[in-house]
Amino acid sequence: MQAWIHAHQQALTLVLKKLRSAPFAHLVMAAVIGAALSLPAGLYMVLANLGNAAADIETDPQITLFMTLGANDAATKEIDNRLHKHSGIREYRFVSRETAWHDLQERNGVQGALNGLEKNPLPDAFIVHVSSSDPATADALQKEFSAWPQVEHVQLDAAWVKRLYTLLKLGEKAVMILAVLLGFALIAIIGNTIRLQILTQREEIEVSKLIGATDRFIRRPFLYAGALQGVLGGVTAWLILFVALYIFNQSVEELAQLYASDFRLHPLGLQASLILIVSAALLGWLGSYWSVSRYLSKL
Amino acid sequence: MIKFDKVTKRYPGGHEALRSVTFEIAKGELVYITGHSGAGKSTLLKLIAAIERPTTGTVLLNNQNIGTLRRAALPYIRRNFGMIFQDHKLLYDRSAFDNVALPLAIDGVAGREAGKRVRAALDKVGLLNREKAMPIALSGGEQQRLAIARAIVSRPAVLVADEPTGNLDSNYAHDIMALFRSFNEVGVTVLVATHDAGNAEGRLLHLDHGALTEGVPA
Repeated sequence: MQAWIHAHQQALTLVLKKLRSAPFAHLVMAAVIGAALSLPAGLYMVLANLGNAAADIETDPQITLFMTLGANDAATKEIDNRLHKHSGIREYRFVSRETAWHDLQERNGVQGALNGLEKNPLPDAFIVHVSSSDPATADALQKEFSAWPQVEHVQLDAAWVKRLYTLLKLGEKAVMILAVLLGFALIAIIGNTIRLQILTQREEIEVSKLIGATDRFIRRPFLYAGALQGVLGGVTAWLILFVALYIFNQSVEELAQLYASDFRLHPLGLQASLILIVSAALLGWLGSYWSVSRYLSKL
Repeated sequence: MIKFDKVTKRYPGGHEALRSVTFEIAKGELVYITGHSGAGKSTLLKLIAAIERPTTGTVLLNNQNIGTLRRAALPYIRRNFGMIFQDHKLLYDRSAFDNVALPLAIDGVAGREAGKRVRAALDKVGLLNREKAMPIALSGGEQQRLAIARAIVSRPAVLVADEPTGNLDSNYAHDIMALFRSFNEVGVTVLVATHDAGNAEGRLLHLDHGALTEGVPA
């Protein structure tokens, strides 16, 4: 165990020594990786902000249940009971056909049109606010309510929310694809810089192999080097986003003020930042592993 | 401890470096492998140190068949040997001390223990006062001794030297041969390939175009 710890310590010391001896080269690599990573991470950040904004707006979809015209008090009572017990509902209220009729008659402009009607054509109705803003839940509720007795029609008023969420989902998919593509590019970039490092240490590797070094021993410092390069790139990407956000927010705040809103873009959260840096390290490690293994298999 | 049975080594391209070579070396022997250049001496040493594998025939090291071992097991076999290469194979980007420390790092020996052993090895070859020197600053003979220090630092059971006196004048060559004999006296098996075994005292294995012509078991 101690030997194992020492072996890793040794590899890490070697890598840090190299970092100190060539800071500029590492900085350039970090900038390249950072720029590549900041694209998907930035897009993700924008989407996360849009998602937050969408959640802030009153989005919980509203569902209206219309009873059949012939529904009696008992049937209405039954629906009222069911809604009362339902867990997916934040609040609801009953609008009786009389109230609705009265409200309609009160309204200016429609009086003339209503005069031709002899009796109240409106049904009893329930207006329901769903507790979740997820459009899928609202959809499911709409279906559920439609099957209830004496319910004539259920109207879901959430089309625009649905559209927004669909768009956000589309954006998330774009981020995924971009991230995967750039991930491959990063593996190749880091793999290539590691390959150059390998070439400068060809003799050392050759001698080490001849006197009994395992592949793992030879690979270890390069894996650390790759992961370190990834981490530096990830941190650079984070800094790029932070600065870009700062620049953006000056304009966003001005714009938001014109709309009397205090909306502003938020930086990546702790979790997202960690994911960014850890996945960058992982990509570096992978690129390095691939590069060293290819070299070792040729020896 | 080392046993060759009808070993043939053919390199890609068809060159046959060794032809049906059979011999056995016991623990503690001092053996000179002689022959003209290109006779297969280096190949023989590489087969002994598990750097190459035989094309046909069997190579047994401590009763382990090198030909059938997994690739991943070979590094551990190699650590039984202290290798001294024809071209030294020193690393010119680090000090004498760090060159000698390499086998210990590979073996997982570290810290004060490693330092002690590196200095002991340097002392044995008379380079203790040059531990901070870069190999390029050392003379040819000193470089050779540094290579020897690296070979003995992990206290191998077998010392394998390929033309260790090739480019040295006769005085130096004599010193180095004496060094090998002193290792042999403390129980290390020593194999030395040389094209010139004029004053060699020990067993001879003579190679001619890949075939063993002297020291063949009766």
